[in-house]
Amino acid sequence: MEQVPKIPKEKFKLLHKKDNQAQESLGTPSLTYLQDVRRRLFSNKVATVCLILLGIMVLISVFAPVVAPHNPNTQRVEYSNLPPKIGNLDIPGFNGMQNMDGKSVDAYKAVNAPKDTYYILGTDYLGRDLLSRIIYGTRLSLIVAVLATLVDLIIGLPYGIVSGWKGGKVDTFLQRIIEIVSSVPNLVVVILMMIILKPGLVSIVIAIALTDWVTMARLIRAQTFQLKEQEYILAARTLGESSTKIATKHLIPNLSSTIIIQTMFTIPNAIFFEAFLSFIGIGIPAPNASLGTLLSDGQKAFRFLPYQMWAPALILSIIMIATNLLGDGLRDAFDPQSSD
Amino acid sequence: MTKYILRRILYLFLTLFIIASITFFLMKMLPGTPFTNQNRLSPEQLAIVKAQYGLDQPVFIQYLRYMGGLFQGNLGTSFQFNNEPVTQLIGQRLAPSMQIGAQAMIVGTVLGILLGAVAAIRKNTWVDTLATFISILGLSIPSFVLAVLLQFYLAYKWQIYPVALWDNFQSSVLPTLALAALPLGNVARFMRTEMVDVMSSDYIELAKSKGNSNWQVVTKHALRNSLIPVVTIIGPMAVSVMTGSMVVENIFSIPGIGEQFVKSITTNDYPTIMGLTIFYSFLLILVILIVDILYGLIDPRIRLGNGGKE
Repeated sequence: MEQVPKIPKEKFKLLHKKDNQAQESLGTPSLTYLQDVRRRLFSNKVATVCLILLGIMVLISVFAPVVAPHNPNTQRVEYSNLPPKIGNLDIPGFNGMQNMDGKSVDAYKAVNAPKDTYYILGTDYLGRDLLSRIIYGTRLSLIVAVLATLVDLIIGLPYGIVSGWKGGKVDTFLQRIIEIVSSVPNLVVVILMMIILKPGLVSIVIAIALTDWVTMARLIRAQTFQLKEQEYILAARTLGESSTKIATKHLIPNLSSTIIIQTMFTIPNAIFFEAFLSFIGIGIPAPNASLGTLLSDGQKAFRFLPYQMWAPALILSIIMIATNLLGDGLRDAFDPQSSD
Repeated sequence: MTKYILRRILYLFLTLFIIASITFFLMKMLPGTPFTNQNRLSPEQLAIVKAQYGLDQPVFIQYLRYMGGLFQGNLGTSFQFNNEPVTQLIGQRLAPSMQIGAQAMIVGTVLGILLGAVAAIRKNTWVDTLATFISILGLSIPSFVLAVLLQFYLAYKWQIYPVALWDNFQSSVLPTLALAALPLGNVARFMRTEMVDVMSSDYIELAKSKGNSNWQVVTKHALRNSLIPVVTIIGPMAVSVMTGSMVVENIFSIPGIGEQFVKSITTNDYPTIMGLTIFYSFLLILVILIVDILYGLIDPRIRLGNGGKE
């Protein structure tokens, strides 16, 4: 047997404890779930643009009284149906010129409007400023959307949690109710509610929320069923936490992604129904503006005054597209597996 | 399966019964009668008119009468249109609505399938981006906004189609297009997701490795298997097409049931509103039922609700 060569003692060196730790530590700081979500959301360019766009719209709506150049309901019949004009800029389509009998006429001169009077998006048949009406209409649409979503949550969230948490007979009973409610078409419920309640903001919100909470309750229930089997819920139960505390402390935070994603799909739905009802004339009553009533007015006059139709159609479409895309982006950000 | 279908049909009638009852009592809760504004009737005349419509009876008797009539397919008589029975009113106006509804569903679904399939095959190229963009537009832009825009450009400005008319196929093109956008967007999006899934599955790899051409792989294997789940969204889509058709019919002055519904709401024609509400509910529930049954038949792995047992 060969002898093991002797290694001199100097060759051994005590490694510093610190170096060891350095190897184990991660190069980048670890992200919390929400930070991760935010990073994924902002890396999605389309969703970011939509978020900014909606943010601007929300800001304009909140500060509508300051931003709107005129009172949306002030009528100036002498200035009715004026085309768009921005200051004295000569941009085609925004220079106050109007086609009359094949000739281009300065509509502002025709009604003897002072030089400094101009309406960026023109006026409607009662001489109301269209831009201000659109700003207030957007504000109304967003208010309806937010309120409907809130009511939706207030009914759907507890309903879903109770149904999923209790299970058994309670669940069966609650699910039967949902089955019946959901088999009645949304549209029918909304229209019936609109006929019975006085037309207005509150009725629209109630009508929309009455039909929309079902989807929310279903999703929450399914999610609760999964969550209640988790170890941390078992631990909380073993420690003797009350059901309400488990629901608020453990269930709701873990349900938040489901809630946020579903909310992003409720909002365009609510905006659509409000515009739809106002368009057929049983939504927001006159003289208040809503995107639906503005579009309906614009459609009636589009042969001679197409600008009255364009602006509300465009804004409504942009809101719908932006909320849908943002909803998609949020879903991908919260649940990366769902995207392909 | 038969048991399942029977149970569903029972549910359908139960739901309809509930809807009819709720609608009836809600309508009774409304203040005033349809005759309050009519030519200032004297009390005697009013009593006669009320008796003619059975409005002098207690509400419960009226309810029993209405439900009894409903059982025999009688939806009452309209207040507005010269005492025309509501069923007759619906019957006359059903054809145009059905036509544009069916056309929109077919056009939207077929184009949506093509668009989704192309997007999936050319995944992550500009074709995919364009297809996704189109489907988002279709999904987001409300049908009535689209209808107004189509009417302005295609009908008024370029005069390719009539503005608001109902006689031949020409006049049904624009409403069909306006209504087809939503199913198109929906189907395209769904189809793309499904197809991307299918294209990465083992049997597609096998089909490719056997030397099939790309075209054969797509048409024989990928397309067929991606189509099955698309059937599930047909029900909800039909519902939204019917919703949309109410306004779209109004915009294009099509004498359909949607236009009638809106008109009855604005004129407080309660029997017609009730009749149409029940009729709409019936149609919608029926469509969803048929789709569910179809789905069970197409894909034997799914036997709804009864855990795979017959």
